[in-house]
Amino acid sequence: MTDIYLDNNATTKVDRAVVDAMIPYFLEQYGNPSSIHKFADGVARGIKQARQQVQNLIGCEHDSEIIFTSCGTESNSTAILSAIKAQPNKKEIITTTVEHPAILSLCEYLEKEGYTIHRLPVDKAGRLNLESYKKLLSDEVAIVSVMWANNETGTIFPVAEMAEMANAAGVMFHTDAVQAVGKIPMMLQDTKIDMLSLSGHKLHAPKGIGVLYLRRGTRYRPLLRGGHQERGRRAGTENSASIVGLGKACELALEFIEYENTKVKAMRDRLERGITEQIPHCFVTGDLYNRLPNTTDIAFEYIEGESILMLLNKAGIAASSGSACTSGSLEPSHVMRAMDIPYTAAHGTIRFSFSRYNTMSEVDEVLKVMPGIVATLRKLSPYWDSINNAPVTNPEQAFQPTYA
Amino acid sequence: MWDYSDKVKEHFFNPKNAGAVVDANATGEVGSISCGDALRLTLKVDDATEVILEAGFQTFGCGSAIASSSVLTEIIKGMTLDEALKVTNQDIADQLEGLPPEKMHCSVMGREALQAAIANYRGEEWKDDHEEGALICKCFAIDAVMIEEMVWANKLRTVQDVTNFTKAGGGCAACHEDIEAILEKVLAEKGEKFDPNAAPVETPVKIAAVKAPLTNLQRIKKIEQVLESLRPSLMADGGDVELVEVIGNTAYVNMTGACNGCQMAAMTIAGIQQRLMEVMGEFIKVVPATEMAKLVNIEAVS
Ligand SMILES: Cc1ncc(COP(=O)(O)O)c(C=O)c1O
Ligand code: FES
Repeated sequence: MTDIYLDNNATTKVDRAVVDAMIPYFLEQYGNPSSIHKFADGVARGIKQARQQVQNLIGCEHDSEIIFTSCGTESNSTAILSAIKAQPNKKEIITTTVEHPAILSLCEYLEKEGYTIHRLPVDKAGRLNLESYKKLLSDEVAIVSVMWANNETGTIFPVAEMAEMANAAGVMFHTDAVQAVGKIPMMLQDTKIDMLSLSGHKLHAPKGIGVLYLRRGTRYRPLLRGGHQERGRRAGTENSASIVGLGKACELALEFIEYENTKVKAMRDRLERGITEQIPHCFVTGDLYNRLPNTTDIAFEYIEGESILMLLNKAGIAASSGSACTSGSLEPSHVMRAMDIPYTAAHGTIRFSFSRYNTMSEVDEVLKVMPGIVATLRKLSPYWDSINNAPVTNPEQAFQPTYA
Repeated sequence: MWDYSDKVKEHFFNPKNAGAVVDANATGEVGSISCGDALRLTLKVDDATEVILEAGFQTFGCGSAIASSSVLTEIIKGMTLDEALKVTNQDIADQLEGLPPEKMHCSVMGREALQAAIANYRGEEWKDDHEEGALICKCFAIDAVMIEEMVWANKLRTVQDVTNFTKAGGGCAACHEDIEAILEKVLAEKGEKFDPNAAPVETPVKIAAVKAPLTNLQRIKKIEQVLESLRPSLMADGGDVELVEVIGNTAYVNMTGACNGCQMAAMTIAGIQQRLMEVMGEFIKVVPATEMAKLVNIEAVS
């Protein structure tokens, strides 16, 4: 049996066609796109084509609205720092409690610098309250940054609607769409989204290439100043091979977007149903009716995520977990805490994320081993009564270790 | 994922003594569900001899928490309670052929469960004196609570002070921003302001070593060994290093050949220092021998 990769929200395999498209830009067209000789004359064309391929996938009006960056994180930082530098009098930022660290760490840092950060909470299903969002919008707000889809649960936020609301209040709107691009259809020109981040390695392009979409007319200050690359909006010699690869990956993503929302979704649904039917005391987290088609995040109560991953890994299955131990921190994932998932479950969450490379037989394979893995670990758990094969009565009271 | 030793994996995949001991007469429960690991240790102790006849564990936790619990039960079976009380978390980690710094707390949890179980057997109340904060320095596995306490207790003012007292920050230096943040916070609580250029506090007291400290002779021998192992790569660059003197935790070296005075000398010294600390597991300061005259008097007094 070959290994099964179900960690596509962490990163993806580079598509063979993407690699093939890139190779000439390492070996033949390796000139600097700014140069005037035959090693370079195809590069500018390759980059232009890539820009259009990205444009087609996200449905923006102009290809000049695409700025190539080094990753999703850079796009996020550029967007927020640009907004505050361009509007030095505005000292507030609105975001959510469940953003990726690429947003949250930056906001924490800006908080120390004197900015007021409003972090919108979520309910138990990971949903935002748009009423309280509306109340926060004001002249003081430099930018709203809300992720399109959550990387852990796959929950989709109503960013188009939120952008309309921000726009009506005269506030800039950015979305971290790193998990959404290529998985759900989008048409940016029909929205009021001002800036959007995406990252190549989440959609079968290489790591280390990203895009910041910048709506024409949005006030902007570059993060990196220097040469005239990207029309002076992101200096530094273009990563031409990766840009071309990202273009190809976007073209493929557009081709497969229906497949993603039918076949990939069917695999996800089958795994999710199989697990929740076979295994007692587990539940799916996030907004079940508003999710990426490829993601399921399941909390297995009374056991810990890293242990589950180690046993899965032994069975040749790759997934990931929101447990504290996988990250080396003491708290379980901030997303699980924000949804108020109890600790006995939050530490045992496992995220399975699919791609078009997965197959139904892989789903069956996971379904075969998962019940055994959970049972093995529950036997070791102080919250589990092995004799009755059920949680101990009142688990949180029955086992209350000394320090809390 | 973590780079676990084979021993950790062995104990995780095939844990020993899993489950509760049926007629246990000692139970220790420690950990915290909010932090994601918690452990119940049950023992059957012979009342006449105080020998641990059986030990069993139930653990909610990650791979290294389960492995630490498993190896702990193996270590203590057959020991008397007094012997078992001498088991340290380092013993547990050593039996597992090491744990990543982020996971050292799993071995601490094992030792505490043991102390709690023995206290329970003896009818005493066990109080945990251990509070854990976010891991700040990965090179030396030092957490925020430890640094904060040291800053308070010893009136520390700079990152260098923190390094001298806790080791934190003395390796790769990646944690210096976080240490500065702690200094800023604690100093603000005391109504002072953090000044990165403040003079260091006076004569650092000896760092409380977890392990039995090396004798000076052992230390010198070990330093020699490490320098010997680094010599080939230095010589490849046309340089060399020579150990001149060791005073306390400070090693004075002569950089010769291409390394002497070259712009890389400072970096090379930092590299040697980090390597020494990694191998010896204690704070070692490497200083060019030319600095010795200035410092030797101060050191001699302390
Ligand atoms: C929602 C989200 N934002 C940002 C990032 C960071 O992207 P990159 O790795 O390209 O910097 C990720 C990737 O983990 C993500 O999931
Ligand atoms: S992490 Fe603290 S010195 Fe390396």
